[in-house]
Amino acid sequence: MSAIAPGHGRGAIELRQVTKRYGKETVVDGVSTSIAPGEFFSLLGPSGSGKTTTLMMIAGFADVDGGQILVDGVDIAHMPPQRRGFGMVFQNYAIFPHLNVADNVAFPLRARRLPAEQIATRVREALELVRLDRYADRFSRQLSGGQQQRVAIARAIVFHPSIVLMDEPLGALDKNLRFQMQVEIKAIQRRLGMTVVYVTHDQEEAMNMSDRIAIMNNGRIEQVGRPAEIYENPKSNFIARFLGEANLIPGTVESIGESGAVLRTARGLTLRARAEPDLKVGDTAHLFVRPERIDLTSGTAHTANAIGAVGVSGAAGRANVVTGRLAQTSFLGNILRHAVEIEPGIEVTVDVQNSHADLFRSVDQPAALSWQPADSIILQH
Amino acid sequence: MKRTPRLNDGTVFVVPAVLLLVLVFVGPLVWFFMRTLISVGTPAEIAAHAWGVISSKAVVTALTTTNWISLLVTLLVLAIGYPVAYFLATRQGWRFTLVLFCIVVPYFTSVIVRTYSWMVLLGRNGLVNQLLLHLGVTDEPLSLLYTKTGVLVGMVYVLLPYMVLTLFAAMKAIDPTLMRAARGLGAGSFYAFTRVYLPLSIHGVISGSLIVYILSIGFFITPALMGGPADVMIAMLIERAVEINFDWASAAVMSLLLLVATLVLYSIYYRLTDVRRMMGA
Repeated sequence: MSAIAPGHGRGAIELRQVTKRYGKETVVDGVSTSIAPGEFFSLLGPSGSGKTTTLMMIAGFADVDGGQILVDGVDIAHMPPQRRGFGMVFQNYAIFPHLNVADNVAFPLRARRLPAEQIATRVREALELVRLDRYADRFSRQLSGGQQQRVAIARAIVFHPSIVLMDEPLGALDKNLRFQMQVEIKAIQRRLGMTVVYVTHDQEEAMNMSDRIAIMNNGRIEQVGRPAEIYENPKSNFIARFLGEANLIPGTVESIGESGAVLRTARGLTLRARAEPDLKVGDTAHLFVRPERIDLTSGTAHTANAIGAVGVSGAAGRANVVTGRLAQTSFLGNILRHAVEIEPGIEVTVDVQNSHADLFRSVDQPAALSWQPADSIILQH
Repeated sequence: MKRTPRLNDGTVFVVPAVLLLVLVFVGPLVWFFMRTLISVGTPAEIAAHAWGVISSKAVVTALTTTNWISLLVTLLVLAIGYPVAYFLATRQGWRFTLVLFCIVVPYFTSVIVRTYSWMVLLGRNGLVNQLLLHLGVTDEPLSLLYTKTGVLVGMVYVLLPYMVLTLFAAMKAIDPTLMRAARGLGAGSFYAFTRVYLPLSIHGVISGSLIVYILSIGFFITPALMGGPADVMIAMLIERAVEINFDWASAAVMSLLLLVATLVLYSIYYRLTDVRRMMGA
């Protein structure tokens, strides 16, 4: 039904050593990455990580102090924002309060001096796409947060930009609506084939929507990759903790072998896991394992060992088996989150699907944990 | 719904102010109009007298001058005040403080003092003329004082803070991301200004202009001290009727005219401006 053309092959972005300083402080420190045409690319990070500043430099609202921003091969780092031709969605929607929905959506087209008939057609198409065609005459104060966000999206895509920049667009919406809007934005992006650079501090949002995520910390990109790739193979403690729940058990690297490495904890537990390439024997490090990859059984080490042995298969090696004391159980609806103290001061989080009523346990009982070495990594930082 | 008892809803707090205004302002004013006009005679005679005063050449000329000067002053104040207010609304730190200080401090200084200062500056041997002569812009001193130019300069200076502060309040309420959004969506600076910033600040422009116009039509000191013989405004005519001609009845008619004009303009101002929002409620 729509005549909106996808941005075929256009919309490639390349950041080369992009840097931003405020006084002596370097807010964005030599960020380099490339974004493919039609890719949904998220900048994820805690506040102050430089993700918004990076987006503002791509948009042209923050001066670039160093480096290049190439769009389809052309350096736009010092071009005024209105000439960059990106669609833009802001955190607080930024709907013009003196214009109705249709005039808001028509704004980028009028600024480009398109003929009136074409403006009318495109505005109608864009409003149909965000399912707001019946609200064309409303003003922003008459719309809900979700509707305002749809207006902002329609306004950002109405002029068929090959690149759309979004700055925490769903931050102000409540949780259920946020998920629904994630699905809608993703669907529109796929349909129009546009490149989206999306800033968020919500890791679930980033994982749900993105083709690739760049996780930023202290003005640098710490890791870039597909959501599952980063989730399963974090490069650092920070990444492991930032994307989802993570257990990080401290210890010293005891040995490094063909199939993995062994970490010894302060109290002498030995745990096996995959190792980072630059890991050395004697390094202090952390063993990373996701809470949902750990099996929890009640009882002693003996029974736990037996169960663990059963779970082992082939080259993955023997499972790590640890006993401890169940310190706390939290009911989170779909999952039960258990905290098991394996050594004084070290608790391991274990998530168990809520499928059996008997999984409710009472605290202070002994508990046994087991997980496959292949599901865990020894991280240096 | 339960009715709130009167003494609990805050009404009591405005009673002293209202009483004071009625006692020292509204009361005497009404009393003055009644006494002076009744002394003229029957209602028909009052009407005839009023018409005579209003249609007299002096009053018509003064009204024309008053409105013309007020219009010029309003436009000039707007032209100077808008950029200043924009600067204030978009800056922070010492620049903001400095400009605000320069705008507000004169506001707290007596109008007479400020007018005399301008007379010193604009006089035949004043600073402005000396500078112009020194720079060779002119061969002989310009007559700046006792002309319409003098009146405009003085009034614009006195009324500027009212415009700047009104515009500032309106502009401060504009979400700065809207201008960003406009530019990000492809609008150049001029397009973004005319289509977004100006429409969003227009109620400030109207309110500020009305305030300045209302204050201008009743202006007395500045035109009296700085104007020439041709620049007689209505307030000066009222003063002359009382002080020189002892014609209280004519003074009353002219005052009533001025009062009605002011109230009409104020009612427009009140309708156009959300007073409560301007006060931050």
